[in-house]
Amino acid sequence: MTSLNERIKPIVMPKWGLSMSEGKVTGWLKQPGATVNLGDELLEVETDKITNVVEAGETGVLRRVLGEPGTIYPVKALIAVLAEPDVPDADIDAFVAGYAVPEADGGEDGAEAGPRYEFAETAAGTIRYARRGEGGPTVVLVHGFGGDLDNWLFTIDALAEGATVYALDLPGHGQSTKTPADPSLPGLSKAVLAFMDAVGVGAAHVVGHSMGGAVAMRTALDAPERVASLSLICSAGLGREINQGYIDGFINATARRDLKPVLETLFADAGLVSRQMIDDLLKYKRLDGVDGALRAIASSMFEGGAQTAILGGAVGAANVPTLVVWGEQDRVIPAAHATAPGSTARVEVIPNAGHMVQMEAAGRVNALLKDHIGRKG
Amino acid sequence: MSRKISMKTAINEALDLEMRRDPTVILMGEDIVGGTGAPGEDDAWGGVLGVTKGLYAKHGNRLMDTPLSESAYIGAAIGAATCGLRPVAELMFMDFMGVCFDQIFNQAAKFRYMFGGKAETPVVIRGMVGAGFRAAAQHSQMLTPLFTHIPGLKVVCPSNAYDAKGLLIQSIRDNDPVIFCEHKNLYGHETEVPAESYAIPFGEANVLRDGGDVTIVSYGLTVHRAMDAAEALAKEKVEAEVIDLRTLSPIDWDTIVDSVERTGRLVVVDEAHPRCNLATDISAFVAQNAFGALKAGVQMVTPPHTPVPFSPSLEDLYIPGADAIAAAARRTLAGAPRSTIAA
Repeated sequence: MTSLNERIKPIVMPKWGLSMSEGKVTGWLKQPGATVNLGDELLEVETDKITNVVEAGETGVLRRVLGEPGTIYPVKALIAVLAEPDVPDADIDAFVAGYAVPEADGGEDGAEAGPRYEFAETAAGTIRYARRGEGGPTVVLVHGFGGDLDNWLFTIDALAEGATVYALDLPGHGQSTKTPADPSLPGLSKAVLAFMDAVGVGAAHVVGHSMGGAVAMRTALDAPERVASLSLICSAGLGREINQGYIDGFINATARRDLKPVLETLFADAGLVSRQMIDDLLKYKRLDGVDGALRAIASSMFEGGAQTAILGGAVGAANVPTLVVWGEQDRVIPAAHATAPGSTARVEVIPNAGHMVQMEAAGRVNALLKDHIGRKG
Repeated sequence: MSRKISMKTAINEALDLEMRRDPTVILMGEDIVGGTGAPGEDDAWGGVLGVTKGLYAKHGNRLMDTPLSESAYIGAAIGAATCGLRPVAELMFMDFMGVCFDQIFNQAAKFRYMFGGKAETPVVIRGMVGAGFRAAAQHSQMLTPLFTHIPGLKVVCPSNAYDAKGLLIQSIRDNDPVIFCEHKNLYGHETEVPAESYAIPFGEANVLRDGGDVTIVSYGLTVHRAMDAAEALAKEKVEAEVIDLRTLSPIDWDTIVDSVERTGRLVVVDEAHPRCNLATDISAFVAQNAFGALKAGVQMVTPPHTPVPFSPSLEDLYIPGADAIAAAARRTLAGAPRSTIAA
C-alpha cells in the first residue's frame, strides 16, 4: 500500500457470519458528497439470512458510491470510497480501478475471515463455539432459548476489535450436544463454566441474551470469580412474565407456515424474518434430541407460563458490574423488567427494536457493550 | 456438522444411522450386498448403483441379498414387518413393482384396516424411479401415481440429499408401509446435509421460492426444472412460487391451496404419464376447492402418454423441461383457459 492509499478508505461488502458469501445493496442512506462520521448509517444490505444497516467505521467524505441498489456483490467487494475533500479525484479513480476483491478463503489471514466454528469436548458434552479477536478482555456470548451462536452475527466481530470473544451453543442448541446433562438453569450455567474450563478461560465478561441472560446471572452468582461483568440483553431471570405462546409455538412448530408467525414476534420489524432463517431453524428443530431438549429446558425454566428463576435482586446485591439492554418493543419478555437489577446497573431501552435487539439495533447495542466491557475490563 | 454430500450418500447414511439406532432395522434386496457366495470382497457392489455400499461391513447379516424373486422377498419383508422388524426392502427399479404388487397393495396396504387396527406394517420399499438414465422403457418410469392411488400406502419422492436423508429416516420410523421413490438422476446431486439424524415429517411440502404471480407445484427431479423456470420467469418480472411436495401420500393440500389463493395461477409439473397422475389429482383438487381463487385455467406439464423412449434425443425431450414449465406459467399469466396437455 502506498501512503496515498492510506487516505482513501474503502467501504466493502461486510461479512456477517461464516456462511455469508455475498450481499445485496438495497439502498443508500448517505448520498455521494455527504460527510460521514463514525457510526453513521451508510447503506442497507440484504443477505439470504437478514437485512441490516452498514455503519461507517471511518470518517470522511463519501467520494464514490459504487454499490448499485438491487445488485448483489461478493463479500469484500468495493461498494464505496471515503476520503477527505483534498484527496484528488484522480487518486480515488486510480484506487477504484486498482481494487481487487480478496480471495474468499485460504489466501487471507485468520483475522479477516468470518467466525470459524470449532468444537470443544467439555464436562457438559460437545460444545460448538466461535472465537474471534486477540488480546484485551475476554468476552463470552450466551444466546437464548432455541437460539445459537449465530444470534451474535452482528455482535461478535464488533466486540472482537478490542477483545477476545467466544460465542457458544448451549447444550440442546445449535450444533452442541443434543442431550443436555442437566436442562435446568444451574445445569446450563455449569455447561458455560465447563466450556470456559475447556477453552482455558478463567474469568470473562459474560453477555447473555434472553434465557442466556439468566444463565449469565446464575453463573455470576455461583462462580463470582469467573464473571468480570454482566451484560443482559432482553434477559430472562428479571421478572415472572414471559410470552408462553412464543415458547410453546417455537417448540411445537414443525412447518414453515407455523414457525414464521412465531419468529415474527422476535422482531419489531417482522420483515426481518427471512426464508433462510425459518429453514435453518426448522432444520435444527428436526435433529434427533432437539425436541426433547427444548421441552426439558422450557419446563424447567418457564413452568406454567411464568419464569421460575428471578435473579435481578441477587445480582444487584452482589454488586456485579451490570449493563441491561432491552428492545422497547420486546414481545417475548417485557422491557419493564429492565430495572430489576436496581440502581447499580446501567439500563438502556432501545426504541424501534424487539427481542432480538442485538440484531435489530446492532450498532447501538455493540457500542453499549464495548463501553461497558471497556470500562470494566 | 453439516457438509455437502450426494443424495446417494445421504440415503446410505440414513440407512446406517437407523440400523445403528434400532436393531430391528434390516435390509433386503437383490445385490444390496453384492457378491455374496462368490469369491472376493463381500460388499463389492452395494446395490446396482452402489447406494448400500459399505453397509454390509458395518451391519453384517442384517443385510440380506435375495434371489431374483420380488414376490418372495417383498412378501417376506412385509411379513417380517408385521412380526416386529422394520425391514427396508430394495426393489432396485420401481418398474419391477408389477411382479410383487399383490403383496404391496392388497396385503401390506390393507393389514391395518383388515385387522381392525391391531396390525402394523412398518416396512419401507425403496426403489429407483424416473427417466433420463438411458435405461429404456422398462427401467425409467415414474410410477408414483400408482402407489399414491392406494389408501394405506405412504409415498415419498425427495428432490435433494437433505430431504432424502430426513424423509428416509422418517419412513423407517413410520409404522405404515412406505414406498420410497429415488430418482436415479438425482443420486449425484449434492446439498448441505447434517451428519446427525433428523426426521422430516410427512405431509409437509417445502416452499423453495416465494412468489406472488404463479404457483408451480412439483416433486422429484422436475423440482429442479421448475426452479430453473422460475429463474427465467424472474427475468421477465414474473415471481413464481415453487412448491416441492416431498411426500405424495400424505399430500400437503394446505400449502398448495394457500399459495394458489395468493397467486391465482397454478402450474403442476409431473414426470409421470399424463393420465391420472399427480398433476391431474392436484388440478382437480384445486378446481374443486379453490376455484374462486383461480384467475386462469390450471396448466399441467407432463411427458406425453408414451413409454419412455430409448433414443437419447427423444428421452431428453420426453422429460418436462424448464422451457415447457416457463411457457405453461406464461399461458396462465395470459389467462388462457386452453389446456395444452399432450393426448
